[in-house]
Amino acid sequence: MRISIVNGRLVDPASGLDLAPGPTSSLHIADGRIAAIGDAPAGFVADRRIDASGCIVAPGLLDLAARLREPGYEYRATLESEMQAAIAGGITGLACPPDTEPTLDEPGLVEMLKYRARGIDGTRLYPVGSLTVGLRGEVITEMAELAEAGCVGFSQALAPVLDTQVLMRAMQYACTYGYTVWLHPQDPHLARGGIAHAGPYASRLGLPGVPVIAETVALHTILELVRVTGCRVHLCRLSSAAGLELVRRARAEGLPVSCDVAVHHLHLIDVDIGFFDSNCRVDPPFRAQRDREAIRAALADGTIDAICSDHTPVDDDAKQLPFGEAEPGVTGLELLLPLTLKWAREAGVPMAHALGKISVGAAAVLGVPEASGRLQADGAADVCIFDPRQPWTVSRATLFSQGTHTPYVGRELEGRVRATIVGGRVAYEAAAGAAAPRQD
Amino acid sequence: MAARHPQLNENGELRHLLTIEGLSREMLHHILDTAATFVGVSVRDVKKVPLLRGVSVFNLFFESSTRTRTTFEIAAKRLSADVVNLNITTSSTSKGESLLDTIDNLVAMHADMFVVRHSQSGAPFLIAEHVNRKRGPDVHVINAGDGRHAHPTQGLLDMYTIRHFKQDFTKLRVAIVGDVLHSRVARSDIQALTTLGVPEVRVIGPHTLLPGGLEQMGVRVFTDMREGMRDVDVVIMLRLQNERMRGALLPSAQEFFKHYGLTEEKLALARPDCIVMHPGPMNRGVEIDSAVADGPQAVILDQVTFGIAVRMAVMSILAKS
Repeated sequence: MRISIVNGRLVDPASGLDLAPGPTSSLHIADGRIAAIGDAPAGFVADRRIDASGCIVAPGLLDLAARLREPGYEYRATLESEMQAAIAGGITGLACPPDTEPTLDEPGLVEMLKYRARGIDGTRLYPVGSLTVGLRGEVITEMAELAEAGCVGFSQALAPVLDTQVLMRAMQYACTYGYTVWLHPQDPHLARGGIAHAGPYASRLGLPGVPVIAETVALHTILELVRVTGCRVHLCRLSSAAGLELVRRARAEGLPVSCDVAVHHLHLIDVDIGFFDSNCRVDPPFRAQRDREAIRAALADGTIDAICSDHTPVDDDAKQLPFGEAEPGVTGLELLLPLTLKWAREAGVPMAHALGKISVGAAAVLGVPEASGRLQADGAADVCIFDPRQPWTVSRATLFSQGTHTPYVGRELEGRVRATIVGGRVAYEAAAGAAAPRQD
Repeated sequence: MAARHPQLNENGELRHLLTIEGLSREMLHHILDTAATFVGVSVRDVKKVPLLRGVSVFNLFFESSTRTRTTFEIAAKRLSADVVNLNITTSSTSKGESLLDTIDNLVAMHADMFVVRHSQSGAPFLIAEHVNRKRGPDVHVINAGDGRHAHPTQGLLDMYTIRHFKQDFTKLRVAIVGDVLHSRVARSDIQALTTLGVPEVRVIGPHTLLPGGLEQMGVRVFTDMREGMRDVDVVIMLRLQNERMRGALLPSAQEFFKHYGLTEEKLALARPDCIVMHPGPMNRGVEIDSAVADGPQAVILDQVTFGIAVRMAVMSILAKS
């Protein structure tokens, strides 16, 4: 299939390319790869011409954290529903954490997941393997075998490693092969029982708090272990100003660390819990306003490499409960782009910079050649075409994901995906008419 | 995006009582004034008024409590309501039924009013919002204590007691002593006292039992009880749960009593006419000495008596909204 995408504004954050609609901004795809940008190669005849008028043509988005709930939690979401949600959100590659049931601690499970994903033909799937067997924090997994099966890194998801010696050895072992260890910096003891940001609002509502030091104490431990082991660590879901300051200093020191933040944390803070809205129950919790400002500043100065959806489908039964009993997590695949654009607009961040956090920035963490997060000749033809100004109202009925819990339900966002191309194949196209601006 | 508080109806009247936070000073006085009219009912030969005849009140206690449940039951019966007590800890939710399924079932039995106690902060909000969505304005929810969050009827009866003995809120120093961290009573009292214009609300306790950011609720924080007790007009002692001794919050009941227990010697630092309050049940020798609990300044049993009238007032006001 040969595709030409014309009349769009082409933005490639990696190269800094930002081409206004015109002959130079055309993108030509052949045999699953980008054949050319600008003029079509000699003799190129497109089978399909996509008119991207009014749209931005960007690299396919990459998401560093999306729970697909398979295996084990198919009643919450299935690979089919979530892969569809991903491509509808413009995402062409995503990493899924290992906290499935069973956990991704055996090569066979990873192969099965990859096999199932291939059958669905949606977005590219990059499993993150379990760092320890069963995520129990006791015995390290067969990382080399798991990597061969397709794991892009190793993580504990939200499960702690209580024994610091196990953590150090896991990092030493991963470092032997050059694997990246993905860690959530949260001290399990300091966070114990906590369900909201420890601060005046949680005190008022009588909600047990997760203090910021749960993050910073864990970061101090991890960074010290990085110094000793030399292991490359990706720090997941930073939430606080103090935590980001530690990451900033660690990077200045030259430690091999990267970090991401969940997209909802760019916008929401503890007081958004309102009257105990369980849609605001997330882990780590929404923090104070100054933390949100620090997240935005750290995105601008490069301390944070990537924004992820932290997509976590939760079924109604687990969410329609008192705040403290509700399961943490929000849906995110279809909100990653519009919420990133919202931040860019509010903070005055250039489009290319913002898109970089959900493409090339994430690609650097993934470290997979085919998921480059770039638009470049001869690169994989993973493309996201979206209308940055199109308003739409988030509704439970129209989300593709089986997870429909987010504080944004009922709210209007701007930015809607027109088409998603994965490996040169049009994997998603908005229904005809859906792309037209809403008539008020 | 500012949504209406779920406890108010479109006219700003109380439809549910979930928390004291957000209620106006006028509203609080209105409830206390209404309560005053009910105090007499309990000492009449026939302790009943027909205000809630035909109304079904369901006491839904997801966390066990004898005293609070009993006072709500008595209040409802004195208003001529029909009362059903459900101890859910031993009932359907332990068979796996969800909280909202339980509510739907009881609403289908034409419950008019739910009195809810739950170990989770915010649970009565979930129930109130659910019945608001499903049933419109004809079902009422009263929070009888949710987690650490609020115990509004206790807060109101405490205010009734203070007003009864001290009349004017705007000249008082009030100290709340003990386990503020886990106390829904403390939160409701602080909100009521600051709303009613008490110029100085103090909380006293060790750092492990004081939540962060308390100052933002308008209180002065003391860790030295002798300092905090000085010249107060009212002291409210909080109950210390035994299980607090098992974690790392406190070393022992003895040490707590020595530093934060109310003794005659510490009470002497307060104003001579200082009243001593306690939401009950008391742990004598842990947070309060028997000599004080049974002494002339204690108004702890008055609180219990007023508690019936305050709960009658709340039920009758909600039923009218």
